[in-house]
Amino acid sequence: MNSIEVKNLTKKFKEFTAVNGISFTVASGEIFAFLGPNGAGKSTTIKMLTTLLKPTSGELKLNGHNPEKEGDVVRHSFGIVFQDPSLDDELTAFENMEFHGVLYNMPKELRRKRITELLAFVDLTDRRDSLIKEFSGGMKRRLEIARGLMHHPKIIFLDEPTLGLDPQTRNHMWTYLQELNKKEGITVFFTTHYMEEADKVAQRIAVIDHGVIVASGTSAELKAKTGKQTLEKAFLSLTGHEIRDEGASVSDGMRAHRQMWRGKTK
Amino acid sequence: MSTIYILWLRQLKRYFRSKSRMIGSLGQPILFLVALGFGLGPVYEKAGGGNYIAFLAPGIIGMSILFTAMFSGIEVIWDRQFGFLKETMVAPVSRFTIMFGRTLGGATVASLQGCVVFLISLAIGFRPLSFVTLPLAFVFMFLIALLFTAFGTALASRLDDMQGFQLIMNFVIMPIFFLSGALFPIEGTSKVLGVIASLNPLSYGIDGLRGVLIGVNHFGLWTDVGILSAVTLAFLGLGSYMFSKIQI
Repeated sequence: MNSIEVKNLTKKFKEFTAVNGISFTVASGEIFAFLGPNGAGKSTTIKMLTTLLKPTSGELKLNGHNPEKEGDVVRHSFGIVFQDPSLDDELTAFENMEFHGVLYNMPKELRRKRITELLAFVDLTDRRDSLIKEFSGGMKRRLEIARGLMHHPKIIFLDEPTLGLDPQTRNHMWTYLQELNKKEGITVFFTTHYMEEADKVAQRIAVIDHGVIVASGTSAELKAKTGKQTLEKAFLSLTGHEIRDEGASVSDGMRAHRQMWRGKTK
Repeated sequence: MSTIYILWLRQLKRYFRSKSRMIGSLGQPILFLVALGFGLGPVYEKAGGGNYIAFLAPGIIGMSILFTAMFSGIEVIWDRQFGFLKETMVAPVSRFTIMFGRTLGGATVASLQGCVVFLISLAIGFRPLSFVTLPLAFVFMFLIALLFTAFGTALASRLDDMQGFQLIMNFVIMPIFFLSGALFPIEGTSKVLGVIASLNPLSYGIDGLRGVLIGVNHFGLWTDVGILSAVTLAFLGLGSYMFSKIQI
């Protein structure tokens, strides 16, 4: 069974078509990169995959289930790490993970066991009882990965997982994820603007632009198709060199606000 | 451990962990109690109103509950973009459960603030008629807290960013406070003020609180309880509905 099956998926917001009849599949246990310039329709697609938005038309299946009709089953089957941290600053690492466990109906012993396991996995065991506001950006990201994995999801979604992180942390993160992928066969679906990472790590890639998939395949296939040496050059060739200006989104404003009031976002 | 319980618990933990916020939010109530209580007290008494601090204390308790509850509700704007709330949106939990647990937690925190302000008012000389009616006072405090936490949540569910917050502060929260009989008795004021006050749910909360604590009551205790409960339920419904419509 494929992890993700998308057929002719479309999302329209009044006059604007954000996603226009896209189709792709992600095999079970695959590390899949979903690339695209700003405003291409990436976030909209991910939101539909993660039950946050209803599609306008088309078919969508996650682990064999339909997110619209079987929302809760689908939600149990994936974990997600958002671009902006969604941890509770004033709670401890343990408490953040414990709450997640309760939200996902995990019994107490299982919660405790998973927390211990996962904190060790991301090297945060000694920070178990520290408040999140004392964590650096990299530590927060690692904790979010640990938290997203608590309920043994079959897929983990990562939205720009290494944005703003130092090279050591980035390297560590991908090491964890690849290990997880190899050991437990978890499907990893991620978006990123760091092409070298996608090139190194992704087994298959899809490039979306203006709401349509412009290319998909392995990194080698994309390079061959565009006659370029690096994935980044291939990407630019597929999507053009023009800068995509997006209007300031609500999150941009709030991120600035947060930086002002809470100090460094890192 | 149920979801509602952990959401409730989370609000409480957040409250108790920030000592500076706990103490800071007591600043205004203390200021009002002391400045107005001792400042306007003699004038009020001279005008035949009696003990102003006794009149004022329930109003200031109501004020601290109003502010704490509304802020807690409005925090949803922040939470849903940068906080724990976002993760609850993809979890296999109903929106109603999330909203209810969070509102209950926020209301509990606001009520606790109210209790602290009550203790402070005792410290500056306020004496309720009898300590037997205190549980009833707590009921009123909790109803006010629940109403305004739900109201804040409903508002926050519609707002996209913190810009609207200034507007809400000055054009919603302040008028609700000042025109509720918290600082001055409603009877004897102009007809217009009287009408506005009677449309303001906080008026009934403070009136009930005052009735239970010092026996001075304008609308009638049963009216107070009735209207307060009805409006609280309405806002809980509205809050749940608006919350369920949030799109990230």
